[in-house]
Amino acid sequence: MSALRWLRRHLVVIAGLLTLAYMILPNIVVMVFSFNKPNGRFNYSWQRFSLDAWKDPCGVADMCGSLSLSLQIAVWATIGATALGTMIAFALVRYRFRARGAINSLIFLPMAMPEVVMAASLLTLFLNMGAQLGFWTILIAHIMFCLSFVVTAVKARVMSMDPRLEEAARDLYAGPVQTFVRVTLPIAAPGIAAGALLAFALSFDDFIITNFNAGSTVTFPMFVWGSAQRGTPVQINVIGTAMFIIAVLVVLTGQLIANRRKNARP
Amino acid sequence: MSLTQEAPPAPAAEPVVRKPSTRKRLIPYWLLLPGILWLVVFFALPLVYQASTSVQTGSLEKGFEVTWHFRTYWDALSDYYPQFIRSLLYAGTATLLCLLLGYPLAYLIAFKAGRWRNLVLVLVIAPFFTSFLIRTLAWKTILADGGAVVDVLNTLHVLDVTSWLGWTENNRVLATPMAVVCGLTYNFLPFMILPLYTSLERIDGRLHEAAGDLYATPATTFRKVTFPLSMPGVVSGTLLTFIPASGDYVNAELLGSTDTKMVGSVIQTQFLRVLDYPTAAALSFILMAAVLIMVTVYIRRSGTEDLV
Repeated sequence: MSALRWLRRHLVVIAGLLTLAYMILPNIVVMVFSFNKPNGRFNYSWQRFSLDAWKDPCGVADMCGSLSLSLQIAVWATIGATALGTMIAFALVRYRFRARGAINSLIFLPMAMPEVVMAASLLTLFLNMGAQLGFWTILIAHIMFCLSFVVTAVKARVMSMDPRLEEAARDLYAGPVQTFVRVTLPIAAPGIAAGALLAFALSFDDFIITNFNAGSTVTFPMFVWGSAQRGTPVQINVIGTAMFIIAVLVVLTGQLIANRRKNARP
Repeated sequence: MSLTQEAPPAPAAEPVVRKPSTRKRLIPYWLLLPGILWLVVFFALPLVYQASTSVQTGSLEKGFEVTWHFRTYWDALSDYYPQFIRSLLYAGTATLLCLLLGYPLAYLIAFKAGRWRNLVLVLVIAPFFTSFLIRTLAWKTILADGGAVVDVLNTLHVLDVTSWLGWTENNRVLATPMAVVCGLTYNFLPFMILPLYTSLERIDGRLHEAAGDLYATPATTFRKVTFPLSMPGVVSGTLLTFIPASGDYVNAELLGSTDTKMVGSVIQTQFLRVLDYPTAAALSFILMAAVLIMVTVYIRRSGTEDLV
């Protein structure tokens, strides 16, 4: 029974590829249905091929507005969370001080809590303060929940850094600023970039926390959520497909650069 | 904030030769201050506000007042315990499925993918950057009543079995527990695969060779060497999957029906539509407590306390 033996030998590979197929299947469906011309308001069953949605991606009221709002929030949240998170990561790895344990738990807790709980509690704070829900409350919330992920990503990189490189820079009479800009920052950059990328993805895609703290402001995930009830325009699939392709390209380039660096090292 | 009041003495174990000046000793606190302040004000303080809200009584028109009304917790639990149990059950099942599905893929990337490794990793990471709501909506198409998946399952009589088990109804998948668990599993798979991959990748390949030299079969090698060494990945993957899944309501709302509502859905409705803040706050505290207890027990039992 050679077929059975072959199957047994490659069981892991087959199972792994099946999982991969399971993960990719929705992306393919999104792609295929971006070329659909649906009959009603919902784009759930295949009717006939059409390029209409691709020709006019912003043809749906409010969709591209929500998209640009989400991008703006994601950019600012990334900048905020990356700056704050990198500072925390450096402090945690490089210095010994009191309350280190407490701070570590404070960083860990937001990742260990269901999003609904965080979302709801932040809303009670905003309601109690009488804050106007909208752009700023969303931004505050996004920086808050992205922060921990940035800290974790940067920490991992800084921990594996050799402190002797900085000592060497100091021995060669580099000032603290020069050492940081020319030695520390370049070495920590991949970790910071990974943290920033993660923050961007998390913020851009967040629905639950935004849904609680957005008031009447509509981000892109909230637009998609609303359209699931009112009717999904094909343009949503166009955006989804474009995002997938861009994401694959961005991550692939990142990995290629990382590989090049690795190979260039003696 | 007590952490800025006093600078600590430098511990002797550190390889610091010069005694740092006071200004230098304050550096870590200045680095920490903005970020920690942010987390205290927008993460910790809200939890305190929510705790206070959960023991208030009143209404939106008359205003709320702290009355230490602990009955809210009891009422919330007795009204919504089915949604609680369902949430933990669905999240648990999805986590288990993620582990079963994710392990082979993580193993494949770590040991077998060779030059395809980067591409496979990209395909695992890319979904992070594509709207998860759009992808979840795609499951509506995949699992649709007249669709290929349902037809195949029907022909193979799988749906008869699952209907008998109560996972599906009337030979359809959409709007049943199976659809919700399928969506949850799909959405949280990357959170399982990445930690698994990280811990598998760290395993020294020579250990496998050594096990083979000692006449271990591949199955024994896996059971005695690979799996135990991947435990940190299993534990963090499980947590990263279970915790968000237990509070999720997107899958239950998009792929389920009123019979598959999870507790996140109830919290959302109470908070944003019914505006019964005390009940909503109590519900989210019960969820938090349940998750924290389960996570603590799990970490204790798996013996990797130093992980977090």
